Amino acid sequence: MEFKTIIFYVLSAVAVLAALRVITARNPVHAALFLVLCFFNISGIWLLLQAEFLAMALIMVYVGAVMVLFLFVVMMLDINVERLRQKFWSYLPLGAMVGLLMVAEMGMVLSGKYFGLDAMPGQTMPADYSNTKELGRLLFTDYVYPFELASVILLVGIIAAVMLTLRHRKDSKHLNPGKQIAVKAKDRLRIVSMPVEKDQPAAGQGE
Amino acid sequence: MEALLAPIHQHVGPLFGPLWPLVWNLVKIVVIIAPLMLGVAYLTFWERKIIGWMQVRIGPNRVGPWGLLQPIADGMKLFFKEVLVPTKADGWLFIIAPILALAPALAAWAVVPFWDGGALADVDAGVLYLLAITSVGVYGIIIAGWASNSKYPFLGAMRSAAQMVSYEISMGMALIAVLMVSNSLNLSDIVRAQDQGRFAAMGFGFLSWNWLPLFPMFLVYLVSGVAETNRAPFDVVEGESEIVAGHMVEYSGMAFALFFLGEYANMILVSAMVSLFFLGGWLSPVGFLPDGIWWLVAKLCAILFIFLWIRATFPRYRYDQIMRLGWKVFVPICLLWIPVVGIWMMSPFNIWK
Repeated sequence: MEFKTIIFYVLSAVAVLAALRVITARNPVHAALFLVLCFFNISGIWLLLQAEFLAMALIMVYVGAVMVLFLFVVMMLDINVERLRQKFWSYLPLGAMVGLLMVAEMGMVLSGKYFGLDAMPGQTMPADYSNTKELGRLLFTDYVYPFELASVILLVGIIAAVMLTLRHRKDSKHLNPGKQIAVKAKDRLRIVSMPVEKDQPAAGQGE
Repeated sequence: MEALLAPIHQHVGPLFGPLWPLVWNLVKIVVIIAPLMLGVAYLTFWERKIIGWMQVRIGPNRVGPWGLLQPIADGMKLFFKEVLVPTKADGWLFIIAPILALAPALAAWAVVPFWDGGALADVDAGVLYLLAITSVGVYGIIIAGWASNSKYPFLGAMRSAAQMVSYEISMGMALIAVLMVSNSLNLSDIVRAQDQGRFAAMGFGFLSWNWLPLFPMFLVYLVSGVAETNRAPFDVVEGESEIVAGHMVEYSGMAFALFFLGEYANMILVSAMVSLFFLGGWLSPVGFLPDGIWWLVAKLCAILFIFLWIRATFPRYRYDQIMRLGWKVFVPICLLWIPVVGIWMMSPFNIWK
């Protein structure tokens, strides 16, 4: 067995186990952390497939930012696991249907040989081929309009989410950093010149 | 360098047979990590000394000549202490958290080029790797805070999650400008790109480095780096006056030490990144001196000194001020400077051809 194959099986085994634990773990924080573990292993598999840009982007975006914010929220929730399990049986038919659909789709992809998917030959690239560069070139030439459109839609989504949840409370207090920086000592402190009221004690009279 | 190492490959290599590449890479990793760990130990010593001098104190001077054995003594002390796990803590995560805090800081060194071609892995997506690995560092802190099952660590974890995600954005955006001018994601290429230009040809290499044409980005990156490592004045994560020691409250012994090792290793890493991206890495500042790893080390030490200097100088930021600086100051500066660089590169005054 080739060394790469061993790595692939280790990564996939851990990924599958972690994915299973995501849905079976009782504690939501544990589930989120198993999802992180799963992402790591998937990214390793992508590296094996020589998709280094996607692998790094997965770690950077999902593990580094999305899951951190996710954990941020999940850790602060007080989730009652018992209540979540109450309607398990009533949701089961729908969930099972979606699950079966996904299994069928994955089966079609995995058994692609019978559906003619392997008509497209696997490509071998020269050693100095950089898929980051190729991806960037494609995104900013052939696919520039869809790419820009997608980013504008995301921006609209962000702004919409902020605007929907923004409430201006009357009693909230704000600082004005510009004003704070512009403060001068004489605005806050007044030095008054006062005459000495008591005579200084004569030298050598201490205790 | 390759010629010097050839006899080792020739004579020692056959002893290990097919395992030789693995052994050789492990040797390389040890050669990188061992001086790094020594650097971390002496950075703690140097920090105490420098802050001592800045505050007109002496600093550690009892253990060994000039106090030089102080970090060893500290390490030994922590090593022989018991690692206490609170009863209600989440056992596994409580132990994993300090490991997660240190490991990314070490793993990131895999792509750092120490001299021309002198990197453990000279990968094309080196910058992406660095960003990806450093963004994982926050897990150590938030897992520690949550697993401790205690209020102060949890508050520290929440603060750090928000702070690190915020400053990663300005850090990444500052890097975009660097990537634009160097036209590569490979760290060695980014350094080599700084060796070209009018001033480099005249023998004043330090004026060709990225810090001058990208000066606002340099400052944004440096300050975000300080915030990203949770160093003063951005150390609300472990603000002593407010939440005791943040995520480290429940930790003792070596588990506690690992957080410190991670913090200082991260400081060294951020300094190395600033040196590579903005200060020309291994390049010599003037034409008549040879390039080499010593320049990288010198730049790294200078930036580490700035870290300590900042710590001794500024009072701690308030949390809302930290968020304001990240989102309302740094992100707009980056958003403005990236188009400026873009227009500059398209104009006849382009200096990066």
